[in-house]
Amino acid sequence: MIIPRVPVQHRRLLPDRRLSGPTPWVIAILMMLTLLAAAAGFGLARSANAIGAAIAGRVTVQIVTANPVTRAEQAVALRRAAAAQPFVLSARAVEREELQATLGQWFGAAEGDDPVLKSLPLPALVDIDFVGEDRTGPMRQLQALVAREAPGARIIPHAEWLGPVARLIRSLAWIAGGMVLLMTLASAAVVIMTARAALATHFPTIEMLHMIGATDRQITRLFQRRIAIDTAYGIALGTVVAAAILLLIGLQWSGVTAGLAATASLGPAGWALLLALPLLAIALAALTARQTLLAALKKIL
Amino acid sequence: MTDAAPARPGGAMVEFDGVGLRYGPDAEVLSDISFNLQPGSFYFLTGASGAGKTSLLKMLYLAQRPSRGIVRLFGEDLVAMPRHRLPGFRRRIGVVFQDFRLIPHLSARDNIALPLRIAGVSEEDLSGPVGEMLSWIGLGDRSDARPATLSGGEQQRVAIARAVIARPQLLVADEPTGNVDPEMAMRLLGLFEALNRLGTTVVVATHDIHLISRIENAQMMRLERGRLSDPTGALRYPPANRA
Repeated sequence: MIIPRVPVQHRRLLPDRRLSGPTPWVIAILMMLTLLAAAAGFGLARSANAIGAAIAGRVTVQIVTANPVTRAEQAVALRRAAAAQPFVLSARAVEREELQATLGQWFGAAEGDDPVLKSLPLPALVDIDFVGEDRTGPMRQLQALVAREAPGARIIPHAEWLGPVARLIRSLAWIAGGMVLLMTLASAAVVIMTARAALATHFPTIEMLHMIGATDRQITRLFQRRIAIDTAYGIALGTVVAAAILLLIGLQWSGVTAGLAATASLGPAGWALLLALPLLAIALAALTARQTLLAALKKIL
Repeated sequence: MTDAAPARPGGAMVEFDGVGLRYGPDAEVLSDISFNLQPGSFYFLTGASGAGKTSLLKMLYLAQRPSRGIVRLFGEDLVAMPRHRLPGFRRRIGVVFQDFRLIPHLSARDNIALPLRIAGVSEEDLSGPVGEMLSWIGLGDRSDARPATLSGGEQQRVAIARAVIARPQLLVADEPTGNVDPEMAMRLLGLFEALNRLGTTVVVATHDIHLISRIENAQMMRLERGRLSDPTGALRYPPANRA
């Protein structure tokens, strides 16, 4: 049992005041940081996976033929030919207006109606998604197709330029996971110190209880219960604060619908794990306290 | 000096044979201690300060294992006994500490009830004996008082009540009358004697020579520089066991 049941009269063997002084506050801070790091880790991992899945089988063909009419015809022909291939899931020609709108953000013309921008010789782009994630075979076939329909066009696999970003995000997720682990260890260390301090403070009582025939189990349950309750207070406080922060971030995040940021979310599994973390933390604290107490009591005859 | 001779068991409650005790690398504080304590007997342990009385009592109430020798309690070898079996034996021993060792945040009633609670006696069953004990030691109207609010003598009476409430088979008392007036000392000694008549073996460490003369048939152990002096041989060969 995480918080052992101890008869009411036995609970009075320890003083009513909290055992552990600042421990609940330290645990609260560590729990809050753990939950925030875990949430960041889950979000980043999902984002990295989403990006990875999205870019694994996607390429963009960039047609840079000088003659704009020929360039447009090549784009249409390539899109049509690609869409008919069994290894192609979808093929889409990127509209010139879409390109101008994207570039307009850098030119300072939101509508893409900047005269300089309009005069630029923009390449024709065709986005192609392969069936499955294997790129080797489809890439060879696409190269042949491109050489036939739009000679001189470049094939740009998205994995080449978005891959490092996905790897960076995945690294950040691992770092967040490492932080969760470190903070869990720090929390366990705090519990161990609390248990030892409680034993030192109450040593005369423990010695007396031993002398009148109390077993290690009776004494351990007494302290384990109190430490688990103290720790649970801290964990509850840390969880409430972390939940409030995550809710606030979630509200702001919900306004972000484009780009990489839109791929970051916790998902049901992430939320479930976040909810499980405080319970696991209480169990870990109780177990750590129990083992520490038993080990310390064994040193006393 | 008969200490070197082997102890004769003969159904003794406590048997010490060639027991020595040292703390760390220092010289032995107790050497070659051999004696038998018979069930239902009354013993006084005397000796100058520093002679080793408290160390000997510690081994009697299982707070200390000997460095060498054999200690048997209730017929079982305590030297080799695993830790987890000790609580069961401790519940058969009542201890009155020189410094009382009352739990400061518990009331007099809760301090006295402690051995019964640890032994798993229900609240319903322990309230009667605890109330009677409080009345007997004259603290019936101060049952909720914390030790810090009690005088030294009152604390000592609570400590004695705690030691005897569970009717132990062996009662070990370290200077139990050191902080009480002569009248209360006699009353407490009377309690020990009454328990002794009911079959409890009593060992009292004391400096008070007058106390010793008050108990008929009490036997005396004297510690001198860590060695047991037993000139009459009564401890090693009590009359009942003599051939």
